[in-house]
Amino acid sequence: MIDRKWIGHELPPSSLALERGRLRCFAQSIGETDPLYTDVSAARAAGYTDLPAPPTFLFGVELESGTTDELLKLLTIPLSKVLHGEQGFTYHRAACAGDTITVRSRVVDIYDKKGGALEFVVKNSEARNQGDELVAEMRTVLVCRH
Amino acid sequence: MQSESVVTGKDVAVGDELPPLTLPPVNRTLLALFAGASGDHNPIHIDLDFARQAGMPDVFAHGMLGMAWLCRMLTAWAPQSRLRKVDVRFAGITHLGNVTTCRGKVTEIVELDGERCARIQVSTANQFGQPKIVGEALIALA
Repeated sequence: MIDRKWIGHELPPSSLALERGRLRCFAQSIGETDPLYTDVSAARAAGYTDLPAPPTFLFGVELESGTTDELLKLLTIPLSKVLHGEQGFTYHRAACAGDTITVRSRVVDIYDKKGGALEFVVKNSEARNQGDELVAEMRTVLVCRH
Repeated sequence: MQSESVVTGKDVAVGDELPPLTLPPVNRTLLALFAGASGDHNPIHIDLDFARQAGMPDVFAHGMLGMAWLCRMLTAWAPQSRLRKVDVRFAGITHLGNVTTCRGKVTEIVELDGERCARIQVSTANQFGQPKIVGEALIALA
């Protein structure tokens, strides 16, 4: 059983400086073919300051920082038991190479189904840029299978 | 923000289907590359020994890989600057060899914060028609 006392727990902030090489690597790994994700001049022609982060990229900020791993340890969820149940993004502005994105998250719910065979952890996050402007909100549901 | 206009408000109607996106079969190389690029290093996606110890028959794709593909379909239809929201549920595991097809269908034209938006039902399924992701997106119409 995951201790319900963690509902409301705020995670330490995670920051990631967005780099062109990393964004290109991500775009290529998902097979993205639109040049605006890999070619700076195409990105600028489309109105971006630099290569834009593709829509799901910011989910990785807390993976990269180790915050997601720390959360799983805190909740005593083994890596081998965790599944991604749901994911949501609400977008407010673009994040581009050159930006530094800071993600702050809070555990907003923990519940179980099937008599405790599955437990669910709901995490809400805000991603802001170096100017403290809201870039995106994220909602993550992690599932622990017992 | 200036961007190439793939869709405009006039073009879009309830019932419209987005051009589907079909991906190559999932293999181990892809999962290794996505693990590095996305920051998700969970060994269950890249290390067969770990996956077996966890009770899985083999490694399997990251849920977020499927969601990234789904978003590729959306941003091919309308520029990313018009994507307002995407919410999905991961309904099934994508196994090695699975060929994913992403689909979207306009279900409603709604007003959101003074903007006309298309509500799009989105999904992915493998070559056997087994659902992997279900959800919806909101895209602002120009």
